[in-house]
Parts: sequence; C-alpha cells; structure tokens
Amino acid sequence: LYRRTQKMFCVGEESWVDSRTVYIGHKEPPPGAEAYIPQRYPDNRIVSSKYTFWNFIPKNLFEQFRRIANFYFLVIFLVQLIIDTPTSPVTSGLPLFFVITVTAIKQGYEDWLRHKADCSINECPVDVVQQGKVVRTQSHKLRVGDVVMVREDETFPCDLILLSSSRHDGTCYVTTTSLDGESSHKTYYAVPDTMAFTTEQEVDSLHATIECEQPQPDLYKFVGRINIYKDKEEPVARPLGAENLLLRGATLKNTQHIYAVAIYTGMETKMALNYQSKSQKRSAVEKSMNAFLIVYLCILISKAVINTVLKYAWQWSPDRDEPWYNHRTEHERQRHVVCLFIHRFLAFMVLFNYIIPVSMYVTVEMQKFLGSYFITWDEDMFDEELGEGAQVNTSDLNEELGQVEYVFTDKTGTLTENNMEFIECCVDGNVYIPHAICVRMLSRTTFFLDECSFIKDFTSVCGRPTSFYISSSPDEVALVEGMKKLGYTYLRLRDNHMEILNKDDEIERFELLHVLNFDSVRRRMSVIVRSSSGECLLFCKGADSSIFPRVVSGKVEQVKARVEQNAVEGLRTLCVAYKSLTEADYQEACFHLTEAKLALQDREQRLAQAYDIIERDWLQEKAADTIESLHKAGMKVWVLTGDKMETAAATCYASKLFRRTLYLWVCYSANTRPHNHIYTLLHLVLHRCSLSVDCLDFGLIIDGATLSAVLKPNPESAGHGNYREIFLEICRNCSAVLCCRMAPLQKAQIVKLIKASKEHPITLAIGDGANDVSMIQEAHVGVMGKEGRQAARNSDYAIPKFKHLKKILLVHGHYYYIRIAELVQYFFYKNVCFIFPQFLYQFFCGFSQQPLYDTAYLTLYNISFTSLPILLYSLVEQHVSVETLKREPSLYRDIAKNSLLRWPVFLYWTCLGVFDAVIFFFGAYFLFDNTTFTSNGQMFGNWTFGTLVFTVLVFTVTLKLALDTHHWTWINHFVIWGSLLFYVIFSLLWGGIIWYNFCLLQMYYVFMQMLSSGPAWLSIILLITVSLLPDVIKKVLCRAISPLLTVPMACRTI
Amino acid sequence: MDSNYIENQEVENRPDNTAFTQQRLPAWQPILSAGIVIPLFVLVGLAFIGIGVALFVTSRNLHVLEMDYTGVEKTSPCFSCSDPIKQKNCKCSLSFELDKLFEGPVFFYYGLTNYFQNQRAYGVSKDYNQLSGDLDYFTFFFSIVPDSTCKPYRYDVNNKPIVPCGSLANSMFNDTFNLYQMKNGVKEEVPLDGKGISWWTDYNIKYRNPSVNPLRNAFNGTVKPLYWSKPAYELDPTDTANNGFINQDFLVWMRRSALPNFRKLYRRITDGLPAGNYSLEISYNYPVIAFDGKKKVAFSNVSWMGGKNEFLGIAYLVIGSLCLVMSVVMLIIYHWRNSSPDAN
Repeated sequence: LYRRTQKMFCVGEESWVDSRTVYIGHKEPPPGAEAYIPQRYPDNRIVSSKYTFWNFIPKNLFEQFRRIANFYFLVIFLVQLIIDTPTSPVTSGLPLFFVITVTAIKQGYEDWLRHKADCSINECPVDVVQQGKVVRTQSHKLRVGDVVMVREDETFPCDLILLSSSRHDGTCYVTTTSLDGESSHKTYYAVPDTMAFTTEQEVDSLHATIECEQPQPDLYKFVGRINIYKDKEEPVARPLGAENLLLRGATLKNTQHIYAVAIYTGMETKMALNYQSKSQKRSAVEKSMNAFLIVYLCILISKAVINTVLKYAWQWSPDRDEPWYNHRTEHERQRHVVCLFIHRFLAFMVLFNYIIPVSMYVTVEMQKFLGSYFITWDEDMFDEELGEGAQVNTSDLNEELGQVEYVFTDKTGTLTENNMEFIECCVDGNVYIPHAICVRMLSRTTFFLDECSFIKDFTSVCGRPTSFYISSSPDEVALVEGMKKLGYTYLRLRDNHMEILNKDDEIERFELLHVLNFDSVRRRMSVIVRSSSGECLLFCKGADSSIFPRVVSGKVEQVKARVEQNAVEGLRTLCVAYKSLTEADYQEACFHLTEAKLALQDREQRLAQAYDIIERDWLQEKAADTIESLHKAGMKVWVLTGDKMETAAATCYASKLFRRTLYLWVCYSANTRPHNHIYTLLHLVLHRCSLSVDCLDFGLIIDGATLSAVLKPNPESAGHGNYREIFLEICRNCSAVLCCRMAPLQKAQIVKLIKASKEHPITLAIGDGANDVSMIQEAHVGVMGKEGRQAARNSDYAIPKFKHLKKILLVHGHYYYIRIAELVQYFFYKNVCFIFPQFLYQFFCGFSQQPLYDTAYLTLYNISFTSLPILLYSLVEQHVSVETLKREPSLYRDIAKNSLLRWPVFLYWTCLGVFDAVIFFFGAYFLFDNTTFTSNGQMFGNWTFGTLVFTVLVFTVTLKLALDTHHWTWINHFVIWGSLLFYVIFSLLWGGIIWYNFCLLQMYYVFMQMLSSGPAWLSIILLITVSLLPDVIKKVLCRAISPLLTVPMACRTI
Repeated sequence: MDSNYIENQEVENRPDNTAFTQQRLPAWQPILSAGIVIPLFVLVGLAFIGIGVALFVTSRNLHVLEMDYTGVEKTSPCFSCSDPIKQKNCKCSLSFELDKLFEGPVFFYYGLTNYFQNQRAYGVSKDYNQLSGDLDYFTFFFSIVPDSTCKPYRYDVNNKPIVPCGSLANSMFNDTFNLYQMKNGVKEEVPLDGKGISWWTDYNIKYRNPSVNPLRNAFNGTVKPLYWSKPAYELDPTDTANNGFINQDFLVWMRRSALPNFRKLYRRITDGLPAGNYSLEISYNYPVIAFDGKKKVAFSNVSWMGGKNEFLGIAYLVIGSLCLVMSVVMLIIYHWRNSSPDAN
C-alpha cells in the first residue's frame, strides 16, 4: 500500500520519467504486475499553426511589437497622442497600422495554410479496434494505447508498434519517402508472440503492456519492451526496436492490412518532433540594416537635440521667444522648465521621426517572401528524374546566397550520384570482373563457386529486397545486380528463407536468423544465416577500416592492397567477411543477442575472412563544371566526407576540385603520431604556404583523426601555441580542402571553426543525408541534395542536384543580394531626402516645429508614393542578364563580403540624400525669396513652399530609382510612372475637393495653384535635374573608366 | 515559410514556364554609354542655357522699387511714428521719384522681415469652422468652441468669444497706404485696385461669411480681435462685399508666408506709374521694432515668370554650362581611353 500511495503522489513527475508504459487497448494488466498509473499523453492532433482564431490578434500584435522598429513607431504614436506635437498622430499611426496590417495578413495567410493542412491531417479517417470491432474515427481522436488497423497504401496516423500483419510471417513493407526521402520499401516485423493474430477479436484479446523510451526526434532509434500477459503465466518480455516501430507519415505497401498499437501521438510523434527544430539564422544584410538603423536613430536624436538647444539659444531674447503677435497661453507659461524641455525635445523627435523608414521592414519581408518564389518557380532547377524543383524553407536568407565564401559539401550522394554499379570483386586476392567472369568462372574451382555463392547469399541477405531490387542502400542494389550478372539471381524472401536461383537454375534456400543493422558507429552490418545444409554462417559487410581489424585469417594483405588501389581510382569499396559458426557458437551468440537486445545495448562480433567488393560511384552530371564555377566565383570549396582518403581524393580530382597543378598537403593518420609531430608538420605547411602564397595553389587533405587532434585543446603544448589558429591559417591559404573520414559531428565542428574565424565568412553547407544535418544547421545557409528528406527539412534551401548550386548561388543569390542591398540603401536615402528639408526648415521658422509638409504627404510618402517602385525593383531587377552571370562566375566576387552594404557605400547614399535635400530646400528657398511666382502678382504661402519641395522630392527619389533600374520590364514602367501619376492625381484630388470642413482646407487648391505658375514648373525641372546630376555623372564616369561588365557593380561600391 | 506540411501535400508539379516566373520578361536595358550620354548632356545643357537666358533677360527687364519705412534711423520720415508711445494713428509720408515709366500693371506689396508667420503655434491658431461662416462657432459653448488652438485669443475677459479668433487673425497687418503723384505741386491720388489680390479660391470657396443680412448681426455677442481697431464686418467701409472673412487684405494675411522675410500683395496699379515724383502716405500702426523687424513697401511689375527673381535664370545658366562642361570632360575621357593602348 505504501508503494502504491507513493506512486500516486509521484504521478506528477511521471512525464519526466525517461520511459513510458503503454497499456495496449487501455486494458489494465493483471493484478500484481504493477500499479496502473494512467499517464497523460497528448491526443493525436498535429498543430503546426502558431495562432488560433481567438488569440491571433493579441498574439500577433505582441510578436510584431517585439520588433524594435515597430515598437519605436508605437512609442512615437503614443507620444503624439499624449502631448501636443507638431504632426497629427495619424501621420505615424496610419503607416504603422498599414505595416502591422500587411505583416499580420501575411502571417495570418501563412498560418491559415498551416491550419488547413493540419485540419486535413487531423480529420482523416482511422480504423480503431474497440471491443473486438473495427470502429472508424478521426485521426485526432486517437489516443496512446489504441489498437489501429491500417490498410494497404494508407499512411500511419501516429507512431505505432506493429502487432500483426496480414502476411503470415508477421512482416509488412513500408515506404518512408515522406520522412527521409528513401523510396525503397523497408520491412518491419511484428512481435513474434502477437503476429499470429489475424482478426479484430484476437487482437482485442491481447493483454500486454509496452515499455518504451519517451519520444525523441531520431527517426532511426527506438528501444522498448513488450510484456505479454497470458493467463496465470509469467509475463513474456520481448525486445522492441526500430524494426517494430511504424512511423507516422510512412505508408504501408504490399501488405493488405496490419494491426498496430499507438505509442506516440500528436506532437510527440517522431515526425512532429523533427518539424519543430527550426533554425533561426539572421543574414548579414539584416545585421547591416540594423546597424544603419542605429546610425539613423543617432542622427535623429542628434537632430532633435541640436534643434532643441538652438531653440533655446534663439529664444534667448524675449522678443523672439514671445513676440507680441504670438503670445503663449497661461498654461504654457506656467509649465515647469524641465517638463518644457522634454516636451520640446519630444516634439522635435516626432517631427523628424520619419527619417526611420517605417515601411522598410515590411518591404524587406515582402521582398523576401515573394522573391523566394522565383527559386521555387525556376525551371532550370527542376529535375526531370525526381520530378522535383528547388524548395525554399526559409526566405530570410535569400541574399545570403550571394555572399557565400565557403562551400562545404558532402561527397557521397551530393557530389556523386550515389547510384552504384558493380565493377569487380576480389576474393582472397583474386580479381573478378562481371562481364568476363561468367566465362572464366566455369573453369574455376568449386571453392570459388562457393565463395561466389557466399557473396551472393550475403548480398541477398543484406539487401533484403522486397520484390525486384529495391533496397535502402544503393550499394546493396549494386551488389544484387552485380551478382545477377554472375548468374546468381535473388528470388524472394519467404518465411524467413531467402531463395536464390544459382546459375544451374537450382534454387538454394538460406534461413535468415538474425540481422544486425548498419549504424554509423560500428560502420558495418551483419547477418547470420543457415544454409540448406544446416551450416550457420555469419556475414559482415562494411567499410574496410571496420572490417580488416576483425579479420583473423585469409589473404588480408592482398585484399587490402587491392582495396587501396581501387580507392585511388575513385572507386568505392566495400568489404565483406564471413565466419562459419558451429551450432554451439550460434546458440551462444543467439543468447547474447537476445540478451543484448533486451538490455537495449549494442554487441560485439568477431569475424573470419575478407572479401572486397568494388563499385564505382559516378560523379553527378556537371558537378565538375559547378565546382569550377564556384572556384571562379571566389568561393572555397571543402569536401567533407566519411569516405577514405584515396576514394575521396579521386573524386576531388574528377570533379576538378583538385587540379593537376595543385600542390597537395596531406595530414593523415594522426593517431600514430605524437602531438608535437603534428605541430611541426602544421608549422612547416604554414611556412611553405606563406612563402609561396601567390605562385602555387595549395590543397589540403586531412582526416578525421588528425582533425580531432588538431582541434583538441592540448594542455601539454601550451607553449607551442594553438593548433587551431595554425590550422585555420593554413586552411585560409588553401584553395581546396578535403576532409575525409569525418564523423557527422566533426563536419559541423569544421563549419563552426570557419564561421568563428576572424573574417566571419559566410558558409554554405550542402549535403543529402542524415549525417549532414548537423553541418547544414550549423552553416549560414544549408542546402540539401536529393537523397534524404531528413536533410531537406533541416535545410534552408533544397535543390535536386549539385549542379543547381551554380544557378542558386551565382544567379539567384547574386540577384537577391543586389536587390536587397539597393532596397536597404534606397530606403535610407529616400527618408533622408524626405526629412532633411524639414530639419532645415526649422532654422527658418524659429525652431517652432512647424512641419514643412502636409499631414497627408507625411503619412503617405512612405506607404504609397514611394513604396511600390522599390518593392517591384527589388523583385525584378537584373543588373546583368542571367546568361552573363552564369558565364562569368567571377562577377560573384564583386558582391563578396557584403560589399554593397559597407559603410562607404552607406555614407555615399546618405550624403547623396543630404545633398538632394539641401538642393530641394534651398532651391525652393531662393525661389520664394521675396518674390511672386505668378503672373497675377499673388503670393504663395508656406504650404505651397512645402508642396513644391515635396513634389521635387517625390519625383527625384522615384527618378533616382529609375536611373538605377537596369532592367525595364513593363512592371517597372507601370509602377514607376504609375506612382508618379498617382502622386499627381492624389494631390489634385486632395487639394481640389472640399470634404466637409476637414482640416485639408490648409491644402486646398495649393497644388493646382502651384502648377498654374510657370516658374514652379521650371524650378521643379531644374531642381530634379540638379539633384540627379551628381549620380548620373558618377555613373557615366564609372562606365567611362572601366567599361567592363562589372562596371555597374564596381561603381556601386564607389 | 515554415510550411513543410503544405509543401508535402502539394503535388510537386513542374513549375510554370512563363516569362514572369522564369524572370525572363522582355525588358529594355538602357546603358549609359558615351554615344547617348554626351549628346544628351549637350542637348540638356543647350536647352538649359536657352531657358536661362530667357529667364534672365525677362527678369532684368522687370523693375522693383523697394523702400523701408520702419523708421529706425532718425533721418527716416517715419521715425516719429516708430516710437511705440505715440503710435496711435500716426501718419508719415515717403517720397520717391521715378525717372521713367513704371509699366503696368504694377503690384504694390508691403513687406515684413524677421516676422515669423510660419511659427507653428501661430499658424494653427485659428478656427476653420468659424472662418467658413459656421455660426455655431461664434458663440461660447462649454469651452469647446471656438477651437482651443485659438488660445490665448479665444475669449475676452468677459468670456465672450473673439471672432475671428486666434493669433493669426489678431495680428493682421493694419498699416494703410495712399499713393499720390506730385503733379506740379499738386497731389493727385493714384487709384489702387484692391480686388483679386487674394487667391480666387480663398475668396470664393475657402472663407465664407455667415449668411446673415446685414452681416453685423452675425457678430452679435462676439468681440473683435484684441488688436483690431474695427470689427471684421467693418473692415472696408467702401465695399460691403469686401467685409468679414472675405476681406481681401484679411485673406492675404491669413495665407501664411513660408519664410520670415516676406512680402504680401497690397494693391494693384493697373495703369502703371508714369515718371515723376510720388508721395506715399502711410498710416503707421503696426509695431515691428520690438522684434527687430522691418517694414517695407515694394512696387514691382510682373512677367509671365512672376516677379523679379534672377536666381532661377542664373541657376539655369549655371546648370546648363555645367552640363556642357561635363560633356566636354566626358568626351576627353572617352577619347583618352580609346586612344590609350591599355584600354580594357
């Protein structure tokens, strides 16, 4: 009783326990087993949406105002509401409202799409076994412990443990394409004790519990145990592994139906857990944007301070402070000095607050969101074979694609096809080639035939193809196909027996006893089979490094030599070893295995003989061309692979990563060397590098072991300095680096190392498999290749083939960078032009915070008069054509290192803005100097003055953009001329229509009156010309001095 | 963005092959090459010089006669009036001589300097509703009307609303001028035309008198602005249509000037001023000495391009010549580039 109560008190902690107990069919276990403690699990609802209908407005507003820019405008708006400020709250309230609304609509739309997707997933029908009957219900009503029936071609609604299948061997076939992208059929096994159940009633009678770990995101890892209670017997415990776990999102194939029990539901399924990890990467452009914003904030504050101080200085004399015609109210006079100061300062802040471009963030966001569609739409990046185009998972990094300095690429599957072809095999030092072998083999000894059949057995065992040769691993496919050429055809797997048609058309049968699956730690895979003659055999296949140490007999040396020779030729090698087990051995192994599986642990094996199978991994089409282009574009390409050095180096040569002229440094097998040896080696390399930095290209080859030695902080060699620094120095001087024998985590380490180096270069990682995920997440930009969805989900961009990297970087990346750089600079420029005249006007109106422009102009300038041209520019601008960019990869260097957003460029734009503003203001000032504008002698007032400045302003900034536009599509024409036209029409209407006694009366007829005077027209033309002249001259001179293709770029960077 | 679910659901189709989605829209790609830019600069330069010359010549042919009558210096005829103590209805006269005909129409301006009509508090100090003739805004109503921006010229000491209220109206310029030509020792008054000196829209649309006849009844219960000598409905005793809020002088004053030194149109002299001696009689009321201001009168004639302003013509000439110079510079650079052997 005591234990029971204790347990009950501990219920709250239950969710923290690292395992969970599931009661199949929600049945209590027989008394005495363990107390029934209902754990609470989420229902099977998938929620990927961020908002609900009710919380959308508050939550979205909260999220948006967490942005510093939005918050700033909110504060300004509130200040305008509270104190008496020069401009009406509408002028900042309306743009803010507009920005918030646009962002909210965009986010709401995205969330609505997610809701819709969630709904369709949550409401799809599911068959649940209840009281011996199949009941149809909706997916989201599933609970943990429900027994589910899934039919062929249906998708599993949650993570399930397979109980039984319609196939009498208790297996089922599953495709996990939507999870990890592997299109092969995988076999899953039912628990032997339950696989006999065929009807609902039988399944319902099952009395069992499942103990398993709490959900974790690793798709390929699962450990658990099923306890089956039978009447008055000890419960039977069976191990459960990943081969029993059917994952949500996978589809049942070639099996009529299965029964399975739900163990992870809803957001706890492995699929959902995998979706949650989203990287939050910020682009370099965003960082410079924020820096510029801070500069502008400083300018704003200093402007306000200057004006406040000058106001006090100017008002020193009481006649100026309060001339007889402009007395203050009593209330104002009695105000406290400090209060008055703050009030005045805030009023100036409000007056100049428009210098911070309110709509910049929303425009940038729209540009990124809409712009990313061009990547998905790109037909050049559509792959016919896969039927897939490029994918954009985050649009925040579009421009980062134009900034890449380091490319880290995986080899297998990314650089190479990962489609294997069987080339030759070497048995005990004898080499056989499939085409020739068939003839020669007849004359071989039976011994060899045996060996051959062993290979073939092994092949089929490991390959476990379902029907035809579809397998999870491309090398298994290659093996099976290679063996077919040798005359051994794999037929099928039936009742745990493999059937193989040998070349005498006889069927040989092998019983499959155990499969020990491949994992990246052991780097091998083993099977135990029993041949028809009753002999027990253990086969092991894997990388040479993991097989050779375990081989105890056979002509290891010859095989080893052959393996190395082949690796040098760029062939991928695979070693197979076997050992025949006596019955006793087998029993013992079997016992250990079962034990080990139950204990959820790994196990050890010892093997006997070595085979070697060689396959060729073809380079992906145009991979070499792509690498060459990337090199020309100034990017450093590193290959990070788990392969052995010789193979990887051969691939590197084939892909032109290493040119024949390249001087290679090899740091290899460090584990055999003492530490200071590496140190001296590194120093030597560095020395040589620095000596001949310009005359020779360097390449570096380093393996995982050396690398970890280099990266490990070494207390003993503290006097020798840090290896890390030296290594980095070397790497920066090398044009190509190959890191082989890398563990997945090491790949990420390398990326991190480079990222953290002095210049903080932008890195891009491309890979295709689960082992590249950590690298992809670490890099600034992650790109995924074809093989795995696992990588695709975690990447920022997904492209079908390596060759598409060229277009996405050199063309899309380049364009996005140019576009966003212009967007950011232009935004600051146009706001300087806008507000600086207002600042100057304060000097001529007694620092009285008189706004120069009308309320409507202040409000609409950023959100309508000048917003669309720049947005569309930033979507469609092409300063040079796509073809040129592809042909001349070196153009990419022009924009390297954020060159268009560096301080000198920013300064240029700001100065141009100030210059233009001075022209606008003083141009108008001298025109208004004590004279009339009209032929009827009437005088113009202050609003005409402001309108004249504003008209020149709108035309100048729009025409400045027109000057920068190199690619005039009809869209550009439409928005540029359209927004100018809109401004004119708006002004005519705004000043032409009396709408009740609205305060627009101040603008009444001002615009038309201005246009009715000739000098106004002449001065508008003059001022626009003068404002644009410096920029035109700069462009023309730049072009004159270097009339190359790169000119526009070079000139932008001044 | 993080819409993996959606992407998984969508049928992965081949992307649309349209010019827009493939970024292949037909486009005009202007290049600022020498062949285009140099002739363009020459053309623009010539055009600007042409316009500049026209403007400059026109401006040169215009005459402006400006005279200060503030009376700061002792020799100034208005010195006696500038003393703030003796200011009530002080008269002084300014003599000047024209040696040739001042062609008509001549515009007669008064000017003020160092006068900040563009101060914010000053500029907003008016009630639009009142000025558009809405009688509801003529009465005291729970401190809501007239508009609170009119403070401190909103109510008088007896809490009667001031109409028209606010600093702007209150400080209306109230010097008046009479111009006489001296013909053989006899003063002959030059007719001054006060019609149409304000914007047409101000007179006809924007400002309205209350539709009460006679006008003075509308102003019952209100007081005139503090500094005014006459109520609004008696501004022009000679013309009933020129009273109230649509008095031309009032309208001219109410259109705030943009800069602290400004001129405002006072009258028009349609026939021009023949050569001879003139005397301008000023009734000096408006105090400006306190804030270091100056009062001026100016006679000017006007062309198609407005009043005399040499700035525009000179600016056009300068920019035009700059364009020509730039085109020459560019020509030299291009020539030098093409002839130098290491071009490209």
